Amino acid sequence: MLDYVKLIVLGLVALLAAIAANYARDLAYMVHAIIIMLVSGGLFLWVLRGIDEDRFVPDPKAYMDGVVRYGVIATTFWGVVGFLVGVFIACQLAFPVLNFDWAEGYANFGRLRPLHTSAVIFAFGGNALLCTSFYVVQRTSAARLWGGNLAWFVFWGYNLFIVLAATGYLLGATQSKEYAEPEWYVDIWLTIVWVAYLAVFLGTIIKRKEPHIYVANWFYLAFIVTIAMLHIVNNLSLPVSIFGSHSVQVFAGVQDAMTQWWYGHNAVGFFLTAGFLGMMYYFVPKQAERPVYSYKLSIIHFWALIFLYIWAGPHHLHYTALPDWAATLGMVFSVILWMPSWGGMINGLMTLSGAWDKLRTDPVIRMMVVSIGFYGMSTFEGPMMSIRAVNSLSHYTDWTIGHVHSGALGWNGMITFGALYFLTPRLWNRERLYSLSAVSWHFWLATIGIVLYAASMWVTGIMEGLMWREVDANGFLVNSFADTVAAKFPMYVVRALGGGLYLTGGLIMAWNLWMTVRRAPAKAETAALANA
Amino acid sequence: MDYHILREIADSWVLLALTLFFIGCIGWALRPGSRAIHDDASTMVFRNEKAPAQPAAHEAAHGTAPAVARDAGCDRGCPDCACNGTDIPKDMPK
Repeated sequence: MLDYVKLIVLGLVALLAAIAANYARDLAYMVHAIIIMLVSGGLFLWVLRGIDEDRFVPDPKAYMDGVVRYGVIATTFWGVVGFLVGVFIACQLAFPVLNFDWAEGYANFGRLRPLHTSAVIFAFGGNALLCTSFYVVQRTSAARLWGGNLAWFVFWGYNLFIVLAATGYLLGATQSKEYAEPEWYVDIWLTIVWVAYLAVFLGTIIKRKEPHIYVANWFYLAFIVTIAMLHIVNNLSLPVSIFGSHSVQVFAGVQDAMTQWWYGHNAVGFFLTAGFLGMMYYFVPKQAERPVYSYKLSIIHFWALIFLYIWAGPHHLHYTALPDWAATLGMVFSVILWMPSWGGMINGLMTLSGAWDKLRTDPVIRMMVVSIGFYGMSTFEGPMMSIRAVNSLSHYTDWTIGHVHSGALGWNGMITFGALYFLTPRLWNRERLYSLSAVSWHFWLATIGIVLYAASMWVTGIMEGLMWREVDANGFLVNSFADTVAAKFPMYVVRALGGGLYLTGGLIMAWNLWMTVRRAPAKAETAALANA
Repeated sequence: MDYHILREIADSWVLLALTLFFIGCIGWALRPGSRAIHDDASTMVFRNEKAPAQPAAHEAAHGTAPAVARDAGCDRGCPDCACNGTDIPKDMPK
C-alpha cells in the first residue's frame, strides 16, 4: 500500500517539476526543476520495479551501517571536490587570467567561491557529521537507528540539497548571504531533510539501551537543533515568483546584517564546532583506547559552549550601523568563549595521558591530536580578532580567511580524516588500513599545507590592513587598493601551494581508503558484515 | 519591536536567569556522588561496538534485565553479552 502512495507522490512531483521547468523564469530554476523531475522520475521507476518483489528485510539486531558507509564515501568524494575548487580559486586570485573568458558568468571567482565554501562546509563537513552521528548514536545508545529507511532519506535528501545548491551557485541563484546562499526552495527542501534527521537522531536516543546519553550525542543534538533554528530564521524570505529562483529577504538593513551574522557565527559554533566536538568525544577515546579525560569537564564544556556561542555573532559587525552595545556584547561573549574552548581542548588532549606513546606509532591519533591543537589555536585567535581594536586591523583582510582555514583545514578537516581512517576498516570489516605510511604522508602534507596557508594569510592580512590605514603627513591615504593587491601576489602563490599540498593529502587518503576496502585483509573473525 | 527590548533582555532578568541556570549546570556536573555515573558514562564508548544490546541473550544468561546487571554481566564474562571483551577493566589506571 505504501508503495502506491510513494508512486503517486513521486509521479506528481515529477509532473509538477516538469511544469515548473516549462514556466521557469530563470536558468537556475529551470535546471533545478529538471534535476528534481529526473530524480523523482528515477525514484518512481525504482519503486515501480520493486513492487511485489521480495523485500530485503534488515536485521533488527544489527546496526544500520549501510548509510554510514555511503556517508563515508560521500565525505571523501566531496572533500576532494571541495579542496580542488579551493585550490583553483586560490590560483584565480593569484593569476586572474584563470577567470577564463569563455567561462565568464559561470566559473569565475565570484561564482566558484560559494561553491568552494559550501562544498567543504556543507558537503564534506555535513556528510561527515551525518555519517559519524549515525555511527556514534547507534554505538552509544546500543540501539539500531530509529525510523527504518528514514536515515536513507536523510542521506540522499541532504546530498540532493548539495547538488541543488552547487548548481545554483554556478548558474547565479544566490540570496547573497554568506554560508546561506541557496535560494528559497532549496532552503525549504533542507528544512524537510533536517526535520527527518532530527527525528532519526532523537528517535535513536529515545530508544537507547544505555541509561546515560553520552556527551558526544549532546553535542550532535545541539548541532542539529540549533542549525534548524538558525536555518529557518536566517532564510525567512519571500519568493518573487513561484516559478523563479529569486527571493526578497524579510529583514532589511542592519536587522538583516545582524540576523545573517547571528546565523553565520553560530553556523561556525554549532555546525563546525559542536558537531565536530561530538566526533572528538567519540573517536579520540576510541582511537586512544582510553575513556575521555574528564567526563565532568565535558559536561561543563558542553553547557558553557551552548550558553556563550549564541551571543558571539555581533563581533562580525564592529564599526557598522549595529548599535555599540550589541557589538560590545558579541565581543565580550567571544572573549569569554575562549575558556570553555580551551577546556574542551585540554579534555581532548589529556585523553591521551598515559598513552602518549601512541603519537609515535599511530598516525591516525597524531591526526586527531593535531586537529585538537588547531581547535585550540583557532579558538584563541578568534576571540582575539573579535576585540574591537584588533578587528579594526584584521576585518576585511586575508587574516580572516587565514583564521577560518586554520579552523576548517586544521580542526574540522583533520578530525574528519581521523574519523574516516577509524571508520573505514570497521565499516568494511577489514583488519586494518591498507597503508599506514600513506596516512603519515597525508598527515605531513596536510599539516605543512595548513602552516603555509595560515602563515601566508597572516602576513598578507596584516600587511594589507596596515597599508589600508597608512596616511601621510597631510592625512591622505598612501596606498590605493590596487597597491595592496599587487603586494599580496607572493603570499597568494604560497597560499595556493599550501592548498595544493592539502589537496594532495586528500587524494592520498581517498586512494588509501579505496585500497582498504578493496585490498586490505578481511577481519579474521567470522562476524558478518553488519547489514544495512 | 526594536533593539531596546533585546537590550532589556540582554542586561536584566534573562541574563540573570541564564547565568543561574548555567551555574546550576556546573553544580550538577560537579555534585557529590556523580563520579560513579560519570565513570560508567565515559566507558560507554567501549561497549556495544558490534551490535545493539540484546536483552534476550542477556536475560537468558543472568535472568535480569541488562540495564541493571550490565556491569555484573561483564565481570562474569557472559559470552553473549554485548559488553563482553570490550569493557574497560575496573582497575585500569586513569
